Amino acid sequence: MGDVILKVRDIHKRFDSEEVLRGVSFDVQKGDVKVFIGPSGTGKSTLLRCLNRLVEPDSGQIWLGDDEITHAVDIDGVRRRMGMVFQNFYLFDHLTALRNVEIALIKVLKMQKASARELAMSELSRVGMERFAGKYPAELSGGQAQRVSIARSLAMNPEVMLFDEPTSALDPELTGEVLEVMKKLASGGMTMLVVSHEMEFAYSVANEVLFMEGGVVVERGAPREIRNDAASDSPGRFERTRAFLRRIDG
Amino acid sequence: MQNALIILESLPNIAWGLFTTLGLVITALAVGLAVGLPLGVIQVYWGNSLFSRPIAIYVWFLRGLPSLVLLFLFYYGLFPLLGVDLPPFFVGAAVLGLRSSAYQSQIFRGAILSVDQGQMQAARSLGMSKPCAIENVILPQALRIALPAWSNEYPILLTDSSVCYAIGVMEMLTRASLQVSRTRAPVPLYLATAVIFIIMNYIGMRILRSAERRFHIPGFGGS
Ligand SMILES: Nc1ncnc2c1ncn2[C@@H]1O[C@H](COP(=O)(O)OP(=O)(O)O)[C@@H](O)[C@H]1O
Ligand SMILES: [Mg+2]
Repeated sequence: MGDVILKVRDIHKRFDSEEVLRGVSFDVQKGDVKVFIGPSGTGKSTLLRCLNRLVEPDSGQIWLGDDEITHAVDIDGVRRRMGMVFQNFYLFDHLTALRNVEIALIKVLKMQKASARELAMSELSRVGMERFAGKYPAELSGGQAQRVSIARSLAMNPEVMLFDEPTSALDPELTGEVLEVMKKLASGGMTMLVVSHEMEFAYSVANEVLFMEGGVVVERGAPREIRNDAASDSPGRFERTRAFLRRIDG
Repeated sequence: MQNALIILESLPNIAWGLFTTLGLVITALAVGLAVGLPLGVIQVYWGNSLFSRPIAIYVWFLRGLPSLVLLFLFYYGLFPLLGVDLPPFFVGAAVLGLRSSAYQSQIFRGAILSVDQGQMQAARSLGMSKPCAIENVILPQALRIALPAWSNEYPILLTDSSVCYAIGVMEMLTRASLQVSRTRAPVPLYLATAVIFIIMNYIGMRILRSAERRFHIPGFGGS
């Protein structure tokens, strides 16, 4: 059941001589949380960037709701409907936290200043950052900056949120506050595609974990299955995922 | 004693040239900004367009010629050829401004390139168009980064403006020279002129420094 909100079919992408994505397909239902894991250089970031066309896929199709967006002319309109959170936050360095959240409301959605401010403030509260509204990015910790960047995307009221390793650039003690916000979002019904190796997060909120290697999804399954498999030593359906997880566990 | 009298007598006349000199400098800075900024933006963000070669040639040409040569070419060549008869002041301001635009375009280009690419990606991912992102995200940062280098255009133009002597613009050096030929006292009068230049230089730099402080944002260079 449920509506398919994102349909991805056979995405290919080549940079120079290297084929980075070699046919990736999956469906996302409304409210799904999908977690992508896999070795670095496997094309996970490229895949997310293809979805909102920060990178042009070479071939394949993407539907957002009923609209095929693979070659959408109004790409800005498509991007408005998908939020993206980056590993390095990419807050606008010249703007305070509050202005970071409100600028696209004013410049893209053409909201009135006062209502944009009000909405931005409530989005900052949602991620527990309202007390830092007047701070510049350089004055925030990594965890705080990432929470502001999440608020900035949420303010646009996206249908889907894309997270590209949102906690990888953070000191270990700061990842918790960001994951907390993401869990709250997930339980609130937000549709989320998350590239992350925070397996505790994946096991607790994901509907599906997809293991990518060499530009394709090689194994995929329910988090519970993957966790059980990772803990066992008998042959199973997720051997490559298991090997990978043991490697990153160190 | 006699020198002091000569200076005192000629100074008002020379000092009048201050307005002409400042007029040249400010006009040139403005022309340089109005032309140089779009050129820098186009070079970075529309670098593959059909504009890129002409811009590169424009920059190369204007930076590659001595300002005096450019001034003569424009004053005796280009403007008469086009059939426009402009007072020397405007020819001087135009040449200084266009030349500055070539330098300024490269200051802005460098500043824009030093803004992290992630800023543009974040802006685009929120649905901003490229021009919207340039206006609201890239330029506010790039202009802050550019300001110290851009400020250097002021002393450069201030000193360069004296080449307009060669086409008879009544700026300070021209006026000083006229007073020298009247009084036959070059040293005191050119010294007085030098002092005025230095003071203008100092005041201008102070104003630009305070602009840098005024636009300062935590995390953007300096303290
Ligand atoms: N803009 C680009 N230009 C050229 N190569 C790129 C670009 N973006 C990514 N790549 C290459 O594509 C491969 C996959 O990168 P990426 O999608 O970032 O992998 P992951 O996120 O899984 O670590 C890497 O080899 C990377 O160097
Ligand atoms: Mg990546």
